[in-house]
Amino acid sequence: MQDLSFITHWIDNLFRVVLGCPDWLTVTLECVLLGVALLLVYAVLALFYIWFERKVCAAFQCRLGPNRVGPFGVLQPFADMFKMLIKELISLNHVDKFLFALAPFLVIVASMMAFAVLPWGNGLQAVDFNIGIFFLLAVSSIGVLGILLAGWSSNNKFTLIGALRSGAQMVSYEISISLSVITMVVLSGTMSVQGIVHAQDHCWFIFSGHIPAIIAFLVYVIAGTAETNRGPFDLPEAESELTAGYHTEYSGMHFGFFYLAEYLNLFIVGGVAALLFFGGWMPLHIPGWDGFNHVMNYIPSVIWFLGKAVVITFVMIWFKWTFPRLRIDQLLSFEWKYLMPISLVNLVLMTLVVVFGLYI
Amino acid sequence: MITLSISNGVLAVTAALTGIALVALALLVAGLMSPRSYNEQKGEAYECGIPTRGVSMAQFKIGYYLYAILFLMFDVECVFLFPWAVRAKTLGVDGLTCIAVFFIILVLGLVYAWRKGALQWK
Repeated sequence: MQDLSFITHWIDNLFRVVLGCPDWLTVTLECVLLGVALLLVYAVLALFYIWFERKVCAAFQCRLGPNRVGPFGVLQPFADMFKMLIKELISLNHVDKFLFALAPFLVIVASMMAFAVLPWGNGLQAVDFNIGIFFLLAVSSIGVLGILLAGWSSNNKFTLIGALRSGAQMVSYEISISLSVITMVVLSGTMSVQGIVHAQDHCWFIFSGHIPAIIAFLVYVIAGTAETNRGPFDLPEAESELTAGYHTEYSGMHFGFFYLAEYLNLFIVGGVAALLFFGGWMPLHIPGWDGFNHVMNYIPSVIWFLGKAVVITFVMIWFKWTFPRLRIDQLLSFEWKYLMPISLVNLVLMTLVVVFGLYI
Repeated sequence: MITLSISNGVLAVTAALTGIALVALALLVAGLMSPRSYNEQKGEAYECGIPTRGVSMAQFKIGYYLYAILFLMFDVECVFLFPWAVRAKTLGVDGLTCIAVFFIILVLGLVYAWRKGALQWK
């Protein structure tokens, strides 16, 4: 497995030794570089997902999807973003101006901080706390605040109901997400993101964790779909009853931020699922097949991570275009009466598996 | 080769600042590029085409509040489970029996809420 941390070492060396910068300047420059890199990857992934969702949706509905702007319509999301940039930002009369302006910041910052924790590759990770996955859960729930503020400050009945539904849904499904993450932390024995990846060196957790890992994966994907307000759980923005839900009053680029954050949250849920169940950037290793493992090691770790994340998000997009939307009472009773008890029992099962050493 | 390690806290703050910078820059660009026109009707709430009646920051259904309280309870319990989860392998059966007491209290809370009908959307 090639260690990609040589890139960061090379940049560090360039600043400190070749250019002779003092420590404070090096730190500042490296932080700026990190920011630029995060921005670029964030923007590219958001654009990719906008295109991907439209193409996949079109395929499920026997349509072609965007195909005029660029080959296979790949320039369509650029056109969409440009359109959003040149639309007017309408100033409304009765909104709470401060909170109205604050909400997009919260939503974007939450997804950006969660984004920085993901393991991109061997040695390629922005933030590697020893409580990495816990930190990820903590910062990604800031997004709920942004959505609630957006709905409340807009001073509109549609947005208020949309925001409350969204808040109730996101906090409820967060319990299931936390419980399935705890289940995998029990198996890995560490909360550090790189530690979890390295714990799957010989075998991915979905294979080594027996039935509890598979149940945890299913619970995680369902709860993750709900957490991103997508798929059959998109009733915060049920267009037939609430126009556009919590972002009804946002126009132009203001709306664009919610749109970007939605797709990035989709990617983050996919990335975390890849991290917890499919080994993050770790290649497919089968115990005993040394030749096979060596061949797999030649595929770069970044491709492994992105590939797994994209496959999982494809399944989530598939959900969206397959299942009809739930009602709010069905949604909440599904979480509290089925998903959460299942994940509690599953956590006990996983603990038994780990304590009695039944895992591979 | 000397490598400088930047603490994770600084990097996390950098990520947060990047998010803020993204929003601020995009709003700046949008503000420069987008047209601006004033119209009395434009500032109205987007509802049904007729003027809004009453205040929209109104009271809402108590059911949402119940779920928020339940969430608070279970989320705090999840936070308490995390430190044990990290050590579960080494603590073994002893740790399992200790956490089982905590776990049963957690489940009792859920059963209580269920029996009380707090999970029923009315």
